[in-house]
Amino acid sequence: MSLAPVEIPTQVLEPAAPEDGQGGGRAIQGRSPLRLALARLRTDRMAWVAAGMIVLMALLAIVAPLISAATGHSAYNPDLVNGTNSFGQPYGPGQAGFLLGTDNLGRDILVRVAYGARISLLVGVLATLLATIGGTVIGLVSGYFGGWIDALLARLMDAVLSFPYVLAAIVIASVFGGSLSLTIGVIAFFSWAAIGRIVRGQTLSQKEKEYVEAARSIGAAPFRIMFVDILPNLIAPVLVLGTLLVPVAIVFEATLDYLGVGVGPPIPTWGNMLADDQGSAGFGAWWFWVFPSVALLITTLGFNLLGDSVRDALDPRTERIFAMRRKGGAASGGPNGTAPDDSASVAEPAPS
Amino acid sequence: MSPTSDPGQPPPPAAIDQPPPDAPRPVETLLGIENVVKHFPIKRGIFFKRQIGSVQAVEGVSLEVRRGETLGLVGETGCGKSTLARCITRLHPLTSGRIVFDGVDLSDLSPRQMRPYRRRMQMIFQDPYGSLNPRRRVGSIIGDPLTIHGVAEGPERKRRVQELMEIVGLNPEHYNRFPSEFSGGQRQRIGVARALALRPSLVVCDEPVSALDVSVQAQIINLLEDLQGEFGLTYVFIAHDLAVVEHVSDRVAVMYLGKVVELAETAELFGSPRHPYTAALLSASMIADPEKARSAHRVVLYGDVPSPINPPSGCRFHTRCPKAQPICSVEEPPLEVKPGDPAGHVAACHFPVQPGETLVGATPAFSEALSSLAVTSPEAGRESAG
Repeated sequence: MSLAPVEIPTQVLEPAAPEDGQGGGRAIQGRSPLRLALARLRTDRMAWVAAGMIVLMALLAIVAPLISAATGHSAYNPDLVNGTNSFGQPYGPGQAGFLLGTDNLGRDILVRVAYGARISLLVGVLATLLATIGGTVIGLVSGYFGGWIDALLARLMDAVLSFPYVLAAIVIASVFGGSLSLTIGVIAFFSWAAIGRIVRGQTLSQKEKEYVEAARSIGAAPFRIMFVDILPNLIAPVLVLGTLLVPVAIVFEATLDYLGVGVGPPIPTWGNMLADDQGSAGFGAWWFWVFPSVALLITTLGFNLLGDSVRDALDPRTERIFAMRRKGGAASGGPNGTAPDDSASVAEPAPS
Repeated sequence: MSPTSDPGQPPPPAAIDQPPPDAPRPVETLLGIENVVKHFPIKRGIFFKRQIGSVQAVEGVSLEVRRGETLGLVGETGCGKSTLARCITRLHPLTSGRIVFDGVDLSDLSPRQMRPYRRRMQMIFQDPYGSLNPRRRVGSIIGDPLTIHGVAEGPERKRRVQELMEIVGLNPEHYNRFPSEFSGGQRQRIGVARALALRPSLVVCDEPVSALDVSVQAQIINLLEDLQGEFGLTYVFIAHDLAVVEHVSDRVAVMYLGKVVELAETAELFGSPRHPYTAALLSASMIADPEKARSAHRVVLYGDVPSPINPPSGCRFHTRCPKAQPICSVEEPPLEVKPGDPAGHVAACHFPVQPGETLVGATPAFSEALSSLAVTSPEAGRESAG
């Protein structure tokens, strides 16, 4: 995700596979551990389900203006004339052309959920990206240099992790006023330390390896060793943590919005939809809270499941489980040819 | 060698058969190791770390490595061989002493000042698995030195890497593979290619074959020998396999507990060892010919190597030495030429082994007597019972 130096190869390995099987090809392209992980990921059905959930929400976010245009319903402006019935009550799902009903200001919940997906995904992904980059860099620096730098940064991480972050976020938002960028910043600030700590620990173990000594002996500068030599060995944990951080960030954002210190009321977010509607939920307007909640659930579940799959795919020790799964799935037309090839190329070391 | 090292002071030329260091350095000396001391501090405490002791890994070693030769360095595990190697290449800062490379004192250079010398001084590591980054392709591992020192870029770099791969006997087509796709011997060849990339003059080999199969060991050793001839390399060759060291080295230094106890031309050292430790070491190595093996005498040493945190007084070997006398625990013997030896043969012993002398392993009773003088490991007593 955030790890620019490592390209996740998108063109895949069909041509290499049969050649490897015969052991004959002349210019055999070595398969990076990441490629192998990707190949494993592709055989994981749960990963496909998770990706489907995420893609669904992403599509919803992308087409939000189209939905708004097609239905003629605004996400922002209250429309008590068209959006409520003659008694001024909101429409239920399916009534008067509102697929998911309207809220008590007459706004289309479908349109608002779709616009909410934009905020949730934007905040979730951006905050995670920032937190991952920050945590990785700080963790690497802390672990590699050690000494007083490490003492300082490690204590800083402890301090951030031990903060009551919701309270702190409320204070920050009430001082500076809620906004999108502030929300992203606050979430990133309270999330990076978790990644930083893991990266620091991994760096501490990696820097004792002989390859780091070898890099030093050929005269590599510290930052080169950190980012060219050590970082690729940390991709696995960072990728897994990063993926699992997205749903946390999304829920964090929803929490802030629910408390009214997030992005702010005119812009629809799942969090403030839940907050706005809680007063009305009492008289049976279940659609007020069910649909934003379901959207939140699908998104966070999708990212969590994907994170689990990424973890499994990056950890060669789970290969046996995958081989078993593949055997089960092979009958249903899976690419049989890849199975022996994959198990042969798993000879690489575990991404510790 | 002086028993106490005074930091900063240029040491007396102890193990030297060359002019003193003050004179203009003779061209044939490529690397001077002068009274190098390396202590690793042992610290305790969470906030206010105080030093409660130190591991005296290398304790005042002086050696000269001549241009084009192979200097073998042998000794038991933990005697400081690898630490010395890392001191030479400045992977560890020195506690005191000097590393003089081609007339330049490297010991106080900053990492930036050190870089031009890193080009000329490379290292081959023991573990062919740990010393290659598992996440990087072979091409970039071997090409790294070229990039870092700005020697070659792009297609030129690739060409040179493939040339290097061919030199060390790897298929250049495997440029894009990962280390995990190679066998141990091939991986060590990758390590050799990386060390050669910058055409160094000195290569420090830290047990380059001890992690390999015996059949593969021979290949790598032959490769190293061929390369030495081809590129005029100077080797510091560390090993604990005596047969390997005898085969590759011009001169051999024997280390015990952080000190050089004997240094001589290979044939001289293997033919007539003067230090009892060398004699014991040599007698412990296996003899291929069973006839000779039956008649060979083995010197059995009792006990373990004492801890380098608290090394024995006087001669560090006296706790296990079959020839030890009271003076050995008091006075440290200097590393000097013994009567009857050629100029290059130095040993640090009060009672050097005489030619033809048969060493009798220290008897358990003798060890017990010695334990009143210094620490003796409990194993000695146990073996006496059995």
